[in-house]
Amino acid sequence: MVEAINNCLKQEMDLDKNIVVLGEDVGVDGGVFRVTEGLYEKFGKQRIIDTPLSESGIIGTAIGMATMGIRPVAEIQFQGFEYNAYHQIVQHAARLRNRTRGQFTVPMIVRLPCSGGIRALEHHGESLESIYLHIPGLKVVYPSCPYDAKGLLAAALKDEDTVLYFEPKRLYRAFREEVPEERYEVEIGKAKILREGTDITLISWGAMTFVSKDAIEEASKQNISVEHIDLRTLAPCDWDTIIKSVNKTGRAIIVHEASKTMGFGAEIATRIMENSFLSLEAPVKRVTGWDIQIPYPKLEDYYFPNKERILKEIIKTVNF
Amino acid sequence: MPIERVFQGTIDHLQILDKDGNVDTNLEPKLPNELLDKMYRLMVLGRLWDKKCIALQRTGRMYTYPPLEGQEAVTVGATLALGNEDWFIPSYRESFGYYIRGLPLDIINLGWMGVEEGLKLDKKAKSFPYAIPIGTQHTHATGVAYALKLKGERSAVLVCGGDGSTSEGDFHDALNFAGVFQVPCVFLIVNNQWAISVPRKSQTKSETIAQKALGYGFKAIQVDGNDILAVYNTVKEALENARSGSGPFLIEAVTYRIGAHTTADDPKKYRSEEEVNFWRDRDPIKRLKVYLAKKGVWNEDYEAKVNAEAVKIIDDAVQKAETYKQEPKNMFNFLYAKMTKDLENQMKECFEA
Ligand SMILES: Cc1ncc(C[n+]2csc(CCOP(=O)(O)OP(=O)(O)O)c2C)c(N)n1
Ligand SMILES: [Mg+2]
Repeated sequence: MVEAINNCLKQEMDLDKNIVVLGEDVGVDGGVFRVTEGLYEKFGKQRIIDTPLSESGIIGTAIGMATMGIRPVAEIQFQGFEYNAYHQIVQHAARLRNRTRGQFTVPMIVRLPCSGGIRALEHHGESLESIYLHIPGLKVVYPSCPYDAKGLLAAALKDEDTVLYFEPKRLYRAFREEVPEERYEVEIGKAKILREGTDITLISWGAMTFVSKDAIEEASKQNISVEHIDLRTLAPCDWDTIIKSVNKTGRAIIVHEASKTMGFGAEIATRIMENSFLSLEAPVKRVTGWDIQIPYPKLEDYYFPNKERILKEIIKTVNF
Repeated sequence: MPIERVFQGTIDHLQILDKDGNVDTNLEPKLPNELLDKMYRLMVLGRLWDKKCIALQRTGRMYTYPPLEGQEAVTVGATLALGNEDWFIPSYRESFGYYIRGLPLDIINLGWMGVEEGLKLDKKAKSFPYAIPIGTQHTHATGVAYALKLKGERSAVLVCGGDGSTSEGDFHDALNFAGVFQVPCVFLIVNNQWAISVPRKSQTKSETIAQKALGYGFKAIQVDGNDILAVYNTVKEALENARSGSGPFLIEAVTYRIGAHTTADDPKKYRSEEEVNFWRDRDPIKRLKVYLAKKGVWNEDYEAKVNAEAVKIIDDAVQKAETYKQEPKNMFNFLYAKMTKDLENQMKECFEA
């Protein structure tokens, strides 16, 4: 996934001279995860900007640039440090278009390496997408494979709004996949049905898509046919695909890494209830992180939904 | 007078022991030999512990760890200068300072071994958990100092942050509040020349970091951070002034991070070997050694003894940390004063087989 994002940035920056990258350690170092490796050498320090250490500085500056027709790709080193710039995102990036009735806009990308499972330090493994999904005016994409990572980023770079681009670090190097060399886009706001099924719909995104696949594989051995939807974009969410699927299967389960209360699963479950009530044969279930702070490495694995927890919930829901 | 100068500021740089261990006799503090001996032992312990941590990380026995090498004079000098009544608010790179504040080394190991109890800091040590989000600790220090003042205590706060931390808004908020409130807070900025791959000169256009305090209405000094005599004396004096009501103060300690930013970093990508060697030549331990030798404290036997003692302390601490039995339920136990019903149910679900 690191290579797919890197490849996309190089390609798009070649085509669009207005794209700049800014953030901590994105230049000479190539980013702490090597996502911007080689960009500094290729595009120079005017376009690949090593900033002083300040998230609000990065996002505020990017907002200013974006209003002037520059297309900033701002990197926040870890999503858990974005809070230091949250006010800029909520008060300005999300609102500027509406406040000026379309005169000022903020077409920028904020890259947010997120999610845990890599035995990192405290604050380095967060997955708090909900706090952005609650803010009207923001788009949120969350790829789960290198192909989508490249296509969604390419689309985001053409989008007219602020796009928060979540990068699940656990998938940076978890598996390899051939990604087309040529430019392509994955439409923002379109979910992908990874696997068709008839008994239950499983909805996931990011690293949890990867984890869910194992549980679904196991379920199929027990003759449970799971339809797997990877959301890819959380805002705007592809409700049509979800509702259509649940109307067909009559059951749904949502898997996310973020803690349960007020996680995006709550919104999805409610939408299903509102739209598919008569098709439902079982309560909609969630497998999520617990309502606690993500533990340090030693206890980390207790926190995340895993194959066993997901499988158990699938079986329970199907046998309800 | 249409134009008059309304502000002018200067910043001094202090060095007492030069890079070769020669002392400036005019500035030399008359420290008792026992204290100098303690300084040396702690610096050696700090360095060997640091090497051990890196080795443990390399073999999967520790997780990401931020090396200390090269900065021992700052951590040791500053924490030794603290009084028992003072508060210590470190950044992650000064975690060794906890030991000097009276916390056991194995507890510090635990934190870097990915165990929360590593920050279960005995309140008696008057030390805050290190902040991982850069710069956020500075504002807490201002608040702690305000509280000390309000309670009428004769004590002060020492807060540490890196050169990079001075770019965060929180740093500026802290200085501004501290200046306005005139609280007993000493800001120790550990300028180790790098914030991961970003050099000090790209962090701020200011000539010094110390001068930033002038903008907030209080004084500051720059010291040679590899000179433990300068660090110790300056921090000691600043704390005493703060306790006596003279308000906040800022110390910029100029030092160098010899090792990687963390065990996950590769400094070869952004800095030269020559630069590292330049600073190796300014090693803080080496120069204290020369000074102590001239005083007749240091000799080969002494060195061997100090090293053997350090190795033993470290090995014991590693052994203790590695045999620590963590209670997994604690990840639920400390979120609220009293666990909520909902959380109790989640905990049950989490641990049911
Ligand atoms: C708010 C925040 N942003 C980014 C990071 C990632 N990060 C960790 S350490 C560091 C550099 C810190 O440099 P400095 O303040 O000079 O301290 P040093 O590590 O050199 O001791 C960065 C960018 C973080 N921990 N917190
Ligand atoms: Mg630094």
